[in-house]
Amino acid sequence: MRLVHPPSASLDELVEAAKAGDAASFEELVRRTSADTFTLARRLVSDDEDARDVVQDAYLRAYRSIGKFRGDAQFTTWLYRITANCASTHLGRRRRHRHDELDEEVDVPDTKPEHDPQVAADGALLRQQLEAAIADLPPRLRAVVVLRDIYDLSHAEIADELGISESAAKVRLHRARRRLRTQVFPLAGEATATGPEEHARAV
Amino acid sequence: MRSDRVRDRATPINASCEAVAELLPGVVDGTTTLDRADRRHVERCLRCQAELAQYRKLLRAMRGLRAATVPEPTGLVTDVIAHLEAAGERSAVRAALTGRKVAYLGGIAAAATAAGAGAAIVLVSRGRKGRLPLAG
Repeated sequence: MRLVHPPSASLDELVEAAKAGDAASFEELVRRTSADTFTLARRLVSDDEDARDVVQDAYLRAYRSIGKFRGDAQFTTWLYRITANCASTHLGRRRRHRHDELDEEVDVPDTKPEHDPQVAADGALLRQQLEAAIADLPPRLRAVVVLRDIYDLSHAEIADELGISESAAKVRLHRARRRLRTQVFPLAGEATATGPEEHARAV
Repeated sequence: MRSDRVRDRATPINASCEAVAELLPGVVDGTTTLDRADRRHVERCLRCQAELAQYRKLLRAMRGLRAATVPEPTGLVTDVIAHLEAAGERSAVRAALTGRKVAYLGGIAAAATAAGAGAAIVLVSRGRKGRLPLAG
C-alpha cells in the first residue's frame, strides 16, 4: 500500500513512509538528498569514483537501518553520519590495500556558480581556495573539520562515526583549522601556498 | 589537551603570541575559553586580534560551503537505486533459501518423528504379542 505520493511529500512524510517499508518513498529520499550526500562524500574521499562507492554504501546502510531512525536528529544529519562512517571505512580499506599516503593531494571539485556575477566572482574564488585547502589536508584532519565546520556535527558524533576519542577529534579540528587559516587567510609573514595577490588580499 | 586546560591565574599578562595562538582555533567557536591573562593579551595584541578575525572569516566561509554542492556524476541516483534493488533481491533470495532450508529441516524432523512413532508402535505390538502366552 502506498502511504504517500513521493514526488509531492515532505521529507518527514517520506521518512515515515520509508520506515513503514515504502520503497518508492526511500527512492524519493535518495533523489532529494543525493547531491548533498555526494558532496559530503566527495569532500571526505579522494575522487569521484570513491565518492560514488561511499554514496552507494551509505544509502544501502540507511535503507537497511531506517526502521531504527528515531527522528531525534534531522534525517539529513543522520545520513551525514552514515556517510562519514562509510567514508572512514572506505579510506581505511584503501590505506590497507593500496598504501595511500595520508596527506595525498586531491583534485579540487568544482562548485555550482552563483547567480550574481559579482558575488559569484568573489564567492567562487574564496570557495575554490577553501575547497583546495580542504582537499590538501590529510584525510584524518579533513574529515573532522568538514564534519564539524561545514556539516555542524558535534564532537561526540564525529568521534563516534570516525572511531576516535572526542579529545582526538578536538585536537584534529584545531590542527585542521590552523592549516586552513594559514593557507586561505594568511597573516603577514606567514608562508603560504597561495600566490602573492591572495596573500595581500587576505591581510 | 592544551586547549582545554584552565591556565593558572598567575600566568603572566604578557602571555606570548605563540601560546595564545595555539588556543585561537578553539576560541573562534567557543570550544576553548581564554583565561583573563590571555584575554588581556588578545585585547592588546594586534597580531592575535588579526589572527582571531581570520579564524572567524574561515568559520563563516566553511559554513557557507554547506550550501555549495559538488555536481554529482551522471547516473548516480539510478546506480544507487539499482544497488538497493540488487541488495533487496539478494536478501529475498537469501530469505527464500533460508525458508527452503527450514522447510527441508522441518520435513526431516517430521519424517524422523513419524518413523520413530511407527517403530514404537511395532515394538509395542510385538511386546504385547510376546506377553500373551505368559498372561494366559
